[in-house]
Amino acid sequence: MAGYILRRLLQAIPVLLGTTFLIYFMVFAMPGDPVVALFGDKTPPPQVLEAVRERYNLDKPFIVQYLLFLGGIFRGDFGVSFSGEPVSDILARTFPVTLQLAAIATVFLAVGGILIGLISGLRKGGIFDASALVVSLILISLPIFVVAFTAQYIFGVQLGWFRTTVGSGAPIQDLILPAMVLATGSFAQIVRLTRASVIETDGQDFVRTAASKGLSRRRIVPVHILRNSLIPVVTYIAVDFGVLMVGATVTEGIFNVPGVGRTLYQAIIRGEGPTVVSFVTVMVLIYLIVNLLVDLLYAVLDPRIRYVK
Amino acid sequence: MSSNTRSTQQHYVAPVEETPLVAIDAVKAEGKPSNLWRDAWADVRRRPMFWISAAIILLVVVVALFPGLFTQVPPNNDCQLSNSNAGPAPGHPLGFTKQGCDIYSRIIHGTSTSLSVGLIVTVLVAVLGILFGAFAGFYGGWVDSVLSRLGDIFFSIPYILAAVVVMSVLSKYASIWTIALAIGIFAWPATARVLRAEILRVKNSDFVMAATALGVSRFRILLRHVLPNSIAPVIVITTISLASAIVAEATLSFLGVGLPSSIMSWGNDISQAQRDLRTAPQTLILPSIALSVTVLSFIMLGEVVRDALDPKARARR
Repeated sequence: MAGYILRRLLQAIPVLLGTTFLIYFMVFAMPGDPVVALFGDKTPPPQVLEAVRERYNLDKPFIVQYLLFLGGIFRGDFGVSFSGEPVSDILARTFPVTLQLAAIATVFLAVGGILIGLISGLRKGGIFDASALVVSLILISLPIFVVAFTAQYIFGVQLGWFRTTVGSGAPIQDLILPAMVLATGSFAQIVRLTRASVIETDGQDFVRTAASKGLSRRRIVPVHILRNSLIPVVTYIAVDFGVLMVGATVTEGIFNVPGVGRTLYQAIIRGEGPTVVSFVTVMVLIYLIVNLLVDLLYAVLDPRIRYVK
Repeated sequence: MSSNTRSTQQHYVAPVEETPLVAIDAVKAEGKPSNLWRDAWADVRRRPMFWISAAIILLVVVVALFPGLFTQVPPNNDCQLSNSNAGPAPGHPLGFTKQGCDIYSRIIHGTSTSLSVGLIVTVLVAVLGILFGAFAGFYGGWVDSVLSRLGDIFFSIPYILAAVVVMSVLSKYASIWTIALAIGIFAWPATARVLRAEILRVKNSDFVMAATALGVSRFRILLRHVLPNSIAPVIVITTISLASAIVAEATLSFLGVGLPSSIMSWGNDISQAQRDLRTAPQTLILPSIALSVTVLSFIMLGEVVRDALDPKARARR
């Protein structure tokens, strides 16, 4: 087990270096001078420009900038945004919101997706199964911003059940609608995965044994079928948690959720290179750590995995 | 044989016509040989979902190639602000956008944009994915390590975020080609992974060993024997990546880092309509429907093809 963890950790290092370098490189190539842009339509004296460049290491060659940035990350220092706020402070403020949003979305996914997948799998080929397939195909096809606007229009504007924008300091129930929208992207996958897994388990010998022992279906389904079907589903949901956290940019933008995604998007639009890099780096870090944890969780849940390379 | 039978026991021996041997002998050897592609086609042909999606895709392709067949109204030059966000009028069945342009005409003329981006990304993803996946899977060793880690790097950056950064870099040159490049550069690792896994499975087959024994060169084995036998999952994932690329283009245009507003695109129209969601929802919803139906038809096709090419999935159905 320790060897497995060590190997996975070592594998993560080149990926992390590569991703940060790639992102840093792309942002470095961004057109326009962010320092000049910072002053808007005013023309600052060259000494001021020089001072700002020096402060943000923009006067140094690219590779030095990257190494300075990388060194900062290891010390937990993600740099300073152009508005002068440390990026770590912005993260501390916005990350809990994104975490909440992703957590609520995951609850929707887990409860709804597994339930519908279970029923579909148990009644394979029935009307419920067929309609679940059609609905899940439609949900996969709808771009997230279409879902977001439709939900905003129907539930926010027409029915008035939810507020259409969240804003800062909003109560947690305002996150329900954005979380549902966020969940639609992966919902279909969970349903299908559960369905396939349930169908496979339902055909296993131990299920037949349980039935021939005279156990009622009401006991077989939750205890024998569901529990044994959940390993791949739980893994997928865990991976998806990472995807939901980093993939909330559009949803957070439309619903004005003050999370990491919206902040990142605003930084991109303003051309705040270092801030973008910091945020994307943090997101990739989160994503890699979540994936690593999932791999380890999988190895715990299913001991067969550890021995396969 | 006689050692296992007691001399007293009479054994019933069925006449050969009644044994399963008859059925085996009855298989016509001179009939068309069955293979994966023929089976898949036979399976696909029977499914209504295939014909529905194929019909929609055909329609979308015709609309993209010949928009003039469907509308005579120019999408850009005929806009009058007095018609801003107005409802349907004679000759303008779907009403007008905020700028007073004909919505129907803009949807028709925007089709080719979505489809071109989708196609270019798909070709790019297929080429990169096949190159990386095939070499990594077939040659293994350090080639595999280098290519797979490289793929991991591109894979672990969420590709919408990456495309946003690339498009900001290339904002001066924003066009159908650059947006396709921005999406494709980060979308190929999924294809490469699928192909690599499949090649790892296929390369240990007996026919590969037979080819090696016959002295066929490694590269030729890869090209002629391994690749054709492991391409099926790539075709499935490629159909679906076409749909994802269309969505990605719309999302980028929606975020404001996609195509310039001079290029007609569903994503641009949706983006421009978002502020009028309360007052004129149809300006947002109509292009969204066009987008979703197109994407849906490609995803449905992908589904059908996946079921047909994966015998395991067929058994589960």
